[in-house]
Amino acid sequence: MRYNRWALYGLLCLAAVMIMAPVFIMISTSLKSMDEIRNGSIFTLPTDPSFAAWSKAWFGDCTQTLGEKCGGLSSSFMTSVQIVIPALFLSVGLGAVTGYSLAVWKMKGANVMFAALLVGMFIPPQVTLYPLIIMIRELGIFGSIPGLILVHVIWGVAFTTMMFRNFFKTVPQDLLKAARIDGAGFWRLFWHVMLPLSLPILGVAMILQFTYIWNDFLLGLTFGGRSGQPMTVALNNLVGSQFGEKEYNVDMAATMLTALPTLAVYLLSGRLFVRGIAAGAVKG
Amino acid sequence: MNGVELRNVTKAYAGITVMENINLEIADGDFLVLLGPSGCGKSTLLNMIAGLEPVTGGAIDINGRDVTALEPDERDIAMVFQSYALYPTMSVRKNIGFGLKMAGMPKPEIEERVNEVAELLQITPLLDRKPSQLSGGQQQRVAIGRALVREPAVFLFDEPLSNLDAKLRADMRIELKRLHERLGRTIVYVTHDQIEAMTLATKVVVLDRGSIQQADTPENVYRRPANRFVASFVGAPTMNFVDGTLVRDGDQVFFDTGNGKLPLVDVPAEASDLVGRPMTLGARPEHLMFDDAGISARVVLAEPTGPDQYVRLAVAGAEMTARSGPEQAFKPGSDIRVVIDGARMSLFDLQNGKALLHG
Repeated sequence: MRYNRWALYGLLCLAAVMIMAPVFIMISTSLKSMDEIRNGSIFTLPTDPSFAAWSKAWFGDCTQTLGEKCGGLSSSFMTSVQIVIPALFLSVGLGAVTGYSLAVWKMKGANVMFAALLVGMFIPPQVTLYPLIIMIRELGIFGSIPGLILVHVIWGVAFTTMMFRNFFKTVPQDLLKAARIDGAGFWRLFWHVMLPLSLPILGVAMILQFTYIWNDFLLGLTFGGRSGQPMTVALNNLVGSQFGEKEYNVDMAATMLTALPTLAVYLLSGRLFVRGIAAGAVKG
Repeated sequence: MNGVELRNVTKAYAGITVMENINLEIADGDFLVLLGPSGCGKSTLLNMIAGLEPVTGGAIDINGRDVTALEPDERDIAMVFQSYALYPTMSVRKNIGFGLKMAGMPKPEIEERVNEVAELLQITPLLDRKPSQLSGGQQQRVAIGRALVREPAVFLFDEPLSNLDAKLRADMRIELKRLHERLGRTIVYVTHDQIEAMTLATKVVVLDRGSIQQADTPENVYRRPANRFVASFVGAPTMNFVDGTLVRDGDQVFFDTGNGKLPLVDVPAEASDLVGRPMTLGARPEHLMFDDAGISARVVLAEPTGPDQYVRLAVAGAEMTARSGPEQAFKPGSDIRVVIDGARMSLFDLQNGKALLHG
């Protein structure tokens, strides 16, 4: 027993070290100066930690301007926020309503529609990229933030609908009957009874959608155009298109900055997230 | 007419008729119990009255108004479910007031009515709790409160006591009966529990396979069952059934099973018309009487239940159960003599099971 316990902790520590080592190297490197990076080992701690690289990654270097911008990530951060917030609420909100109607209201073809949504979930985005481009172009919003938001909503809604539909399917029939007798129609049943029940699922859907949309690179690159480049695309540009010496400290800081929002969301919502995943049937 | 009336109600699922031409009148203030085994259609019938399931044919009137095409909330009904079906995210107060809120009643009035009902059901201290913080019995009270607060013409109960333990069930049964006597409202109550049916009902409707077997007072359903199904479904332990013929030997009437003659005492005069016809005798355990003038029976097993004991007897080629007081000792294998109380027994047609005669 005791022996097993030690083995367990040993394995856990090993896994933690393996996962945390790159993060440690990134943070440590981002705090070093270029001289130190050139001369030292990547595992040593910075001798003179400084946030200069972080500042450069965020604000850019305005002494060597690229066009009118200084090349920092701050402006694309704002673009990402402008994309994520509406796309997040639209995809989760729509998914909740469609999932609710698929699960609760008997209508013709509901199962066919649900099957279609499932298939939609398993098709890789690359396959439908070109038809989507044409669709968005015909709508006249290709290469703009609204266009990119619409694409994210289209992609997200299949997933969120499935999550909500499966959750609402577990709500006992008697509860729905009671609500009908109390006179709650489609919207009032949704708003007063079902939505409050689904809070854990709502939380999980929000977190997963936020992560997915924030981390997206392909759709942002394709549909965002010049004005709608999200942070991930800007990060790629920053890391990949510098002249002369590679500024590892700036690259590391920029990467950390891009990953920070999703990291924060996970850390702040950790308990809610686990609760949502563990949420099974509703107790009546 | 006040109350509820079902006229030629028919129900079909995917073209298969499960209920045909159900006609039922529920008088204003009646406590009507729909009784039957699972799958007999009693819940379907209740859901059709509630408007939760559409009828395939026929019409339903509530308080003299045709409600066949109306939504559940427009029918002036309230329903209590087996699983209580309380809204888990709402407090008890909000649970009870939800229907009134949906109906657009102003807040102070809702508050007043909720408080009144809570007082009546003695759940005032629970008003601000969530359903998950309540015991089963408390949840059931809240569910009843949610129905009461609407002051409907008809209350519908769908096996409301099935999820409670035996002690609580007995208590709630008494409370429901009191509530009915106090409010005098029409109640339609679904159960598979015959004790609930016998104790609560002013009228019992026994259902089997989607059709009404008998609709009568609890006494008559027990005393004068319309057919063999009703006779076997109501009463515990179940009625004894033996096939055979009535024979007369001088003044004495016997039921000849082919393996022996069961003596019947105090047989009504009409029985003489049935002599010689093959039929089924139905005798409840209390209709078997120990009598030295009777037929010899062998004790197979005795089951003491406390106030009574039930004795399994091998008699005239059949096994029958007799009821006895707790004092007498019955040794398995010993012999005893019994007669059947012809004044209380029932006789059924051998083919269709319809009652031919009640003693």
